[in-house]
Amino acid sequence: MTHLDVELKRLKDEIVEMFELVTQQMKKSQLAFIGFDREIAREVNFNEKRVNALELKIDKDCENIFALFNPVAIDLRFVLAVLKINSNLERIGDIADGISRYVIGTGNPFDKELIDITRVNEMFVMAVQMLSDVQKAFDSEDTKIARGIFQKDDLLDEINENANSVIENYIRSHEGNISQSLHIISAIRKLERTGDQVKNVAEEIIFFLEAKVLKHVSEK
Amino acid sequence: MNKIETKNLNLYYGTFHALKGITMSVKANTVTALIGPSGCGKSTYLRLFNRMNDLIPGVKIEGDVLLDEKDIYNNKGMRIDELRKKVGMVFQKPNPFPKSIFENVAYGLRVNGMNHASFVEERVETSLKQAALWDEVKDKLKKSAFALSGGQQQRLCIARALAIEPSVLLMDEPASALDPISTAKIEDLIYELKNKYTIIIVTHNMQQAGRVSDKTAFFYLGDLIEYNDTNIIFTNPTDPKTQSYVTGRFG
Repeated sequence: MTHLDVELKRLKDEIVEMFELVTQQMKKSQLAFIGFDREIAREVNFNEKRVNALELKIDKDCENIFALFNPVAIDLRFVLAVLKINSNLERIGDIADGISRYVIGTGNPFDKELIDITRVNEMFVMAVQMLSDVQKAFDSEDTKIARGIFQKDDLLDEINENANSVIENYIRSHEGNISQSLHIISAIRKLERTGDQVKNVAEEIIFFLEAKVLKHVSEK
Repeated sequence: MNKIETKNLNLYYGTFHALKGITMSVKANTVTALIGPSGCGKSTYLRLFNRMNDLIPGVKIEGDVLLDEKDIYNNKGMRIDELRKKVGMVFQKPNPFPKSIFENVAYGLRVNGMNHASFVEERVETSLKQAALWDEVKDKLKKSAFALSGGQQQRLCIARALAIEPSVLLMDEPASALDPISTAKIEDLIYELKNKYTIIIVTHNMQQAGRVSDKTAFFYLGDLIEYNDTNIIFTNPTDPKTQSYVTGRFG
């Protein structure tokens, strides 16, 4: 193994750790939000510092590899991809933290009916599934799995698009629950954004492995 | 503990002031790269540590040069041949002796009176393995060293330096005469060898300094401009002159 190989392996291990950490954060934010568990929400809030610290570490390591090893070809694409994947994962960490803060900042548990009709839990399940798939694609260097991510995002988009009218109708009959309805629609927006972030990660994996740029391309 | 240290070191070639008050220390089991434009003093600085500069007429050295905290110049008990057993050197161009591959590596042992056949064989094999050359030459040890490629000859010279088990290895542009594949082998070798040796390497190739070294010292006109962790030198150097040099804007 060359010195560069050792450094690239270390970088891969670090970004895998980031994948795992952020997926855990999203799972816990689901538990906190759906189960209205403030303790878990605070845990997510606390672990956000770890996500941020790991992001900085990976950024620095990428910078050092660029400066010291001048990677080329697939090595260059790998480091570029890791740099961008790192940024996307950190944003997902922020989203998990933001959703958990709604639990900490809300007085009463969310209405179960509201949770059900908005399908917000389905969005959590799909977001966690997409994160798990994209990590598998990265780990096993499998662009087929990465391409499968793009279709899964459709469900998040669909729920998000319907959310306005569902919540509007709900508020008409539950005027006392406006505040929590706003929290739920904010969580839905964030989860839809998570899908976009995971798609970005999938695009970077394909860029790294196939040297194809899929950004701003509708047919992937 | 510092493996190597210089304190307020000045060196003159006649009236030319080649090294100006250099204070620098090197930890054991690290790779330190010396970089800088031609004539900046980096090779002169490297040659201090095995007293190669002594051979140049008109050289005057002031200050302290310490190896394992002992002064190697102002020390009457220090014999140069003993010093050179501790401090091996590899030069820019491969310089094998006109002998067999085996005898090239065994040479340092024999001149130091180590002639026991099984001991010499064992040490030659170990040194060739450390130099990542054993697999390529194990079946032709009796062949002339000149039959090897340039890259193999350079690794042979590294094996020859390692055979007498030095603790410090000085390398003066060890890969500048080699093709990219041989260069990569030498660089990987340096990365492996630092587990056992303290290595100081002079290089004109800044990317090489980045790839192989833990610390980098930038010399300019006989001054040590900046000495720091290599990743700092190549990402955020303190001195504007270092920044200009590593970005290729002067030198």
